[in-house]
Amino acid sequence: MNHDNYDDDYIRGILNGVKSIAMVGASPVNVRPSYFAFKYLAQRGYDMIPVNPGHVGKNLLGRPFVASLGDVGRPVDMIDIFRNSSHIMPVVEEALQLDPLPKVIWMQLGARDDAAAAKAEAAGLKVVMNRCPKIEYGRLSSEISWMGVNSRTLSSKRAPMPTQGMRLSLDRTSVGGGETAASDRAAKNKNDLA
Amino acid sequence: MTDRLPGFSTLAVHAGAQPDPTTGARATPIYQTTSFVFNDADHAASLFGLQAFGNIYTRIGNPTQAVLEERVAALEGGTAALAVASGHAAQVVVLQQLMMPGDEFIAARKLYGGSINQFSHAFKSFGWNVVWADPDDAGSFERAVTPRTKAIFIESIANPAGSITDIEAIAAVARKAGVPLIVDNTLATPYLIRPIDHGADIVVHSLTKFLGGHGNSLGGVIVDAGTFDWSKDSKYPMLCEPRPEYHGIRIQETFGNFAFAIACRVLGLRDLGPAISPFNAFMILTGIETLPLRMAKHCENAKAVAEYLAGHPAVAAVNYSGLASNPYNNLARKYAPKGAGAVFTFSLKGGYEAGVNLVSNLKLFSHLANVGDTRSLVIHPASTTHSQLDDAAKIKSGAAPDVVRLSIGIEDKEDLIADLEQALGA
Repeated sequence: MNHDNYDDDYIRGILNGVKSIAMVGASPVNVRPSYFAFKYLAQRGYDMIPVNPGHVGKNLLGRPFVASLGDVGRPVDMIDIFRNSSHIMPVVEEALQLDPLPKVIWMQLGARDDAAAAKAEAAGLKVVMNRCPKIEYGRLSSEISWMGVNSRTLSSKRAPMPTQGMRLSLDRTSVGGGETAASDRAAKNKNDLA
Repeated sequence: MTDRLPGFSTLAVHAGAQPDPTTGARATPIYQTTSFVFNDADHAASLFGLQAFGNIYTRIGNPTQAVLEERVAALEGGTAALAVASGHAAQVVVLQQLMMPGDEFIAARKLYGGSINQFSHAFKSFGWNVVWADPDDAGSFERAVTPRTKAIFIESIANPAGSITDIEAIAAVARKAGVPLIVDNTLATPYLIRPIDHGADIVVHSLTKFLGGHGNSLGGVIVDAGTFDWSKDSKYPMLCEPRPEYHGIRIQETFGNFAFAIACRVLGLRDLGPAISPFNAFMILTGIETLPLRMAKHCENAKAVAEYLAGHPAVAAVNYSGLASNPYNNLARKYAPKGAGAVFTFSLKGGYEAGVNLVSNLKLFSHLANVGDTRSLVIHPASTTHSQLDDAAKIKSGAAPDVVRLSIGIEDKEDLIADLEQALGA
């Protein structure tokens, strides 16, 4: 795996495949990048688990913090590591003790540990380094294009609705009954003639 | 499957655009609206806190503008872009992210006259000090570097004489100095030169010129190459310090390799206010779809006109780097192999008077202060775009009193040559 430059298909496969994500180093402080990413991924339907020993007993957007990966207590598909490069290896080693093993190790923007990556890949895991899953999701869905970012994707298909059912809501304000004035007049004329 | 990189013409038509989710409209709609409703209070807070991608207010971003931004970013090979009201606005917004009062930036002496003016006078009142260097001598940039230097600014093809800058040589100076290289790529467009491929960290354009291409809409754009490491020291507080405007977030840490474009949007455009109108964004976007076709024709016509003028007895000299005899021809072959652009100058043996006569006798060329139109344009820089300079500075910037500047359009080249023929003979 070339960790300097990932094919979109590799990233797309990971983001389409994983359902549960344990975020190591998740912060409850709402100006931290980990908070943004946690919230964004939770809103996109991922089963998010905040891992941070400093915040056990608290919740992050309704999900309870756990102290370590071993405390998650259920299988997770992906470990998203929000730690500096020097703190990656112990997290990967802990992840490799899990049973079943996670499928993906993801190191955040700015974080890279090639030795830890090699260890995870040797155990059959996929690894992404120095990327943000929020940015990659936003890019591949082209949602990030709202910010002028080069998504490096093209599509001639109609984009999905930004909000489900946006134009199907029945809760709109009605203007003077169900018909237009003209159609009312036409109906009245028809009745008068009859 | 390995990702296939689409070609330039495909990107010029498709990048950033997708059929409208609501209507299926295939052309990009003009979202002529000031503001956008929020889904709920939490969505509003997320957008204002930069936690979610989305639209708030057209002074910060607009969906039509966003398509234009992504398209230019794709054509330049950048990570992101920000469109603004004009090329001048792009320069203010870029430097506002880099400069604090008392800082310096080094700029090439040969620039569009409006940029020389903006840098010398308007920016001086902000405490941003320009230091001039010679674009033909990378060493002059290196010698100008001080601890207060925050950026280097050059044009890829320099206005007005169409000379070619050795981008790689000056990029090496910028790298050594630890400052970003800003390249104004207006006259080349990414079709002819992609400065990011040669070491530029930031590219700016007047979209008003060849990118829009039809002389009908003002616009500017900033492209983030994603190459500069803003985190390595505290030299650029807009990028690497916690921002009080956004509850203490650090732009660089949060947005990675497109942090500069985000800073330009959320710290520059938001607070200075030079937003592009959605209608202008649409017009320019439509222009860009034919950029490769137009630029090929512009260059073909420019070369034919330059060759004609070079052989005319009334002409003293032609400054077109596409001519083999031009001192910039080697740089043109290296940086702009598809063509040397369509803006160049020439001087007449009859001097100033002959220049004035020529301009007034032309029937097809329009006498006006713009370049990069479908129509062929002519101007006398010394009395217009560069008139604020003294005679010595005019000569140094390539706008000597006897010089006439042409911007060659996409008409039939025979008709352009016939117009020059009758005007030179009149």
